[in-house]
Amino acid sequence: MEFEAVIGLEVHAQLLTDTKIFCGCSTKFGNPANSNVCPVCLGHPGVLPVLNKKVVEFTTLMGLATNCTINEKSVFARKNYFYPDLPKGYQISQFELPICENGYIDIKTNDEKRIRIKRIHMEEDAGKSIHDQGYDTLVDVNRCGTPLIEIVSEPDISSGEEAYQYLSNLKQIITYLGICDGNMEEGSLRCDANISIRPKGATELGTRTEVKNMNSFRNVQKAIDFEIDRQINLVEDGGEVIQQTLLWNAEQNKATSMRGKEEAHDYRYFPDPDLMPVIVDEAWQKEIFITMPELPVKRKERFIKDLNLPEYDAEVLTSQREMADFYEEVLTETNDSKIASNWVMGDVLKIINEQKISFSNFPVSPKNLGKLINLINQNKISSKIAKDVFPFMLEEDRDPEIIVKEKNLIQITDTSAIESAIDNVINQNPDQVEEFKSGKDKVIGFFVGQVMKETKGKANPQMVNQILREKLK
Amino acid sequence: MSVSKEEVKKIAELARLEFSESEIEKYTVEMNNILGYVEKLNELDTSNVEPLSHPIENTNVFRDDKIIPSTERDEALKNAPDKTSEHFKVPKVISQNK
Repeated sequence: MEFEAVIGLEVHAQLLTDTKIFCGCSTKFGNPANSNVCPVCLGHPGVLPVLNKKVVEFTTLMGLATNCTINEKSVFARKNYFYPDLPKGYQISQFELPICENGYIDIKTNDEKRIRIKRIHMEEDAGKSIHDQGYDTLVDVNRCGTPLIEIVSEPDISSGEEAYQYLSNLKQIITYLGICDGNMEEGSLRCDANISIRPKGATELGTRTEVKNMNSFRNVQKAIDFEIDRQINLVEDGGEVIQQTLLWNAEQNKATSMRGKEEAHDYRYFPDPDLMPVIVDEAWQKEIFITMPELPVKRKERFIKDLNLPEYDAEVLTSQREMADFYEEVLTETNDSKIASNWVMGDVLKIINEQKISFSNFPVSPKNLGKLINLINQNKISSKIAKDVFPFMLEEDRDPEIIVKEKNLIQITDTSAIESAIDNVINQNPDQVEEFKSGKDKVIGFFVGQVMKETKGKANPQMVNQILREKLK
Repeated sequence: MSVSKEEVKKIAELARLEFSESEIEKYTVEMNNILGYVEKLNELDTSNVEPLSHPIENTNVFRDDKIIPSTERDEALKNAPDKTSEHFKVPKVISQNK
């Protein structure tokens, strides 16, 4: 029998606000344990949570960017469970009336596919338990109350690869919007997968399992494919899938069942009486909408249409907002969109990846890179010399024209200087001159090389070629 | 609507409360009395009434995203039954679900 997988993803994204969702404590990562806390996030009795307005704006922005309906009225609810890193004994979340519903993201694997988004809601993060410190569990409440959005997809995903694409697009959107840094390794983006299988074409859903603990997009992909295989093998061997939670183990490349008795959750959601309903009316939605930056899909289209870039270039450049911003900054200095694209996707991106730095920390400013490209286009230096100038710019971010002058790298476009170099080369190589004259046109390459060597690479190659041919006639 | 002894036990467990068998008996009766009392409300036809989630008709109570200095750590840890100099200390738990 042939099977198909049905997968839904729950993604949690930490919002880049300065303060927590219900109190004024800092959300800064890496501060000493239990130093970003106050009676509200510590869950002391009698305190009153007050909603951070920016959380509503960010979540609405995300809803608009993923084609959701923004519910004019949404309500916070308490999700009740006991865990030491949740001091109140409940998590403030949204249940019946989430802020965003019914959106979608389009993905592209072999075909285009639309992955529907069921809902996006606001909630608070829990603290951190540290288990490996001897007999007890230690609790750090710093992260408790950090604003999260949970993005719940419909079960429209059918493979690990589709999940990977969906997450990549989602990350692209949240980072373009600047509402989350999208760092899965550090946990600011987290993903749980609900997976079931059914005979191909069936409409009824099979029993699902939940896989957690993936710390990269690739691991999500691997974990999903692992679990699909496991379920298919199980059913083919006459077994039955039982509803359970599995933890992905990246080192062993497998998902294992969580230990301990699995009890059905009973969160007893109810509206939180401490928090007033949130009303995002049309006027506010519009206000938020106009703050939306150009999204990757649109930007890519514009790069192709207005800047005449090949689709591949546009795709790579817009894959990260920072890269597209850097690129457009280069274009404020130079008009050559294609050469600028080559530099950004090539030399710049290579160094960014090698040194693991961000575009904003790139040692050469986009303006100076633009100036370097102009020097090439103005025939002041050759592309080859530009590659020699670039390392000097990496050392110190200076106007390339000054570097070129200092290092005496200006291209020789003075005909007489080139002519004298050519004369030297011709005089020193009578054999090759004979070869050329006897019809071996290829020898011209040898002469150009020699002239470039003579001029330390500074002669204008087109001029060298032209004058050589005249002289060798 | 009424609750059985088993349901009361489950509610107790969810609230991490421990009761003796006789207490469970007693609370089952008491809870059923309360439910019976509230049941009276069902006599009203509320089919055209929107569910009320808050008694106060107030909306959009916000704060700005401005940092307010946090509580000193020593102060924050002061009421904890068990602690280190940096952390709250609790009996060992292994995550079952979050």
